[in-house]
Amino acid sequence: MAIDQATVRKIASLARIAISDAEAAAMEGELNGILGWVEQLGEVDVTGVEPMTAVIPNKLRLRDDVIDADPLTGGNRRDDILANAPAPQHGFFGVPKVIE
Amino acid sequence: MTDLTNLTVAQIRDGHRAGDFSAVEVAEAFSANVAGAKALNAFIVETPEHALAAAKQADADRAAGTLKPLSGVPIGMKDLFATNGVQTTAASHMLEGFVPRYESTVSQKLWDAGAGMLGKLNLDQFAMGSSNETSYFGNVISPWRRKDGGNAALAPGGSSGGSSSAIAARLCPAATGTDTGGSIRQPAAFTGISGIKPTYGRCSRWGIVAFASSLDQAGPMARDVRDCAIMLENMAGFDPKDATSLDLPVPDWEAALSSDLKGKTVGIPKEYRLEGIDPDIDAMWEAGIAMLKDAGAEVVEISLPHTKYALPAYYIIAPAEASSNLARYDGVRYGLRDLPDGAGLQDMYAATRADGFGPEVKRRIMIGTYVLSAGFYDAYYTQAQKVRTLISRDFTAAFESCDVILAPTAPSAAFGLGEKTADPLAMYLNDVFAVPASLAGLPAMSVPAALNREGLPLGLQIIGRAFDEQGVLNAGLAIEERAGFTARVEKWW
Repeated sequence: MAIDQATVRKIASLARIAISDAEAAAMEGELNGILGWVEQLGEVDVTGVEPMTAVIPNKLRLRDDVIDADPLTGGNRRDDILANAPAPQHGFFGVPKVIE
Repeated sequence: MTDLTNLTVAQIRDGHRAGDFSAVEVAEAFSANVAGAKALNAFIVETPEHALAAAKQADADRAAGTLKPLSGVPIGMKDLFATNGVQTTAASHMLEGFVPRYESTVSQKLWDAGAGMLGKLNLDQFAMGSSNETSYFGNVISPWRRKDGGNAALAPGGSSGGSSSAIAARLCPAATGTDTGGSIRQPAAFTGISGIKPTYGRCSRWGIVAFASSLDQAGPMARDVRDCAIMLENMAGFDPKDATSLDLPVPDWEAALSSDLKGKTVGIPKEYRLEGIDPDIDAMWEAGIAMLKDAGAEVVEISLPHTKYALPAYYIIAPAEASSNLARYDGVRYGLRDLPDGAGLQDMYAATRADGFGPEVKRRIMIGTYVLSAGFYDAYYTQAQKVRTLISRDFTAAFESCDVILAPTAPSAAFGLGEKTADPLAMYLNDVFAVPASLAGLPAMSVPAALNREGLPLGLQIIGRAFDEQGVLNAGLAIEERAGFTARVEKWW
């Protein structure tokens, strides 16, 4: 099914990517080319076939229920976590005002 | 004195152990090559101080009798692995200037084994590409040139193009790569080196910038099969921090290397014989079959009936996972922030992501967002995951009558930069032989097997059963010993 520029803009909005009209026009052709090509998957008879969930069988594990079991990914690392934040403030992530 | 940068990982390890040279000499020789190869643009960041520090430690460990498996060996690190205190970008503007406060599991294992880091290697942006032309930090140039007298710049393959170019140009003896749909094997084939993608789950994904998590797998790239085995032993292993990590012991792959294939059966998939394929690729494949027979293997034809659907399934599944994984880049917690005047939070997200992602990354996020959106999820994503099940079953059935599968790695030799960038689909088709093994999570490697009529390297791919890296490495070794691939590039950079 072909998509139009309005759909391209809708997808861009869902993906939180700002696009210009010129970009939307260019992307319409590219995305239709790719989507038209992947549509051949519809030919495959998948009756009774389960969608793959794990490529190599593996059992899900639970880690030990203790605080800071792994010191690297446990708590008390605020400065490390904020070290690469673009606008940290008072020990928090800074964002533009979201509530008037 | 021998040029230390011509030595393999095994030769450096053994020569250092024997006292033939110091690790500092090795690190300095490679760092000098790195510094002198700016024209290839293989590195985003050079870290000669890291390589030197590891080398001094290696020399001290030798004196103290406490050598480690990779003592004295400097390597390149694909810039998709988080390295503590060293910029990690995934070749994107989004992560330009990002300096992790932690180390990826795979890189930590390599440092624990005594290796040193020469620098962070360029790649396709977020590992999305097959020619290294999507990097925000510029194209990587292959050291190879066609023998037509022209100086056309050739693609080193992708996404691990910095790794392949650097190894072929003797800037490092080995490097890390990652493979989502051929990103280790195809660049290895394009540059006349070896590379192995192990079974999904062998190497921890913790600390690797995520692209498509059900496919992403780290692996080594090096000049020969033995070096790949040595590197892989020091990259693989269970990691509780990765939920899909395999809780299995790491075999002694190097010690068990054997090119005697008596009693082994090699499958030749008939669906990989594409109409109109480059005759040089076909000839190399035929030669490879003869080599494996010479090594004692029996060769049988096999069928992988859903092969033609692997690429379209991949180009739904990988973008779907990418659109989800890359949602984390929001301009809030790390990386780029673009906050236009008066913009609210939503506008900041959209502006940041428009500025921080390159065109191919945006294209894949958009495709992924579309195929996961309400109303289209079942028709695209669920259908692709069902086809993926069928592709995996094809391999399971085929491995009832063979031990390994032999096929070309890529449908062509290296192409020129800019030749395939106009049409995204033409670029995707380059991974036609690589993607099926990725979808099935199987170990697969590329070894250099021949030169084409233009004087460019071609690679043969060996695909094995899950967990049978040994079978893949051994068949690779049998080809390596018989192909006698000794061609190398003349330095022009």
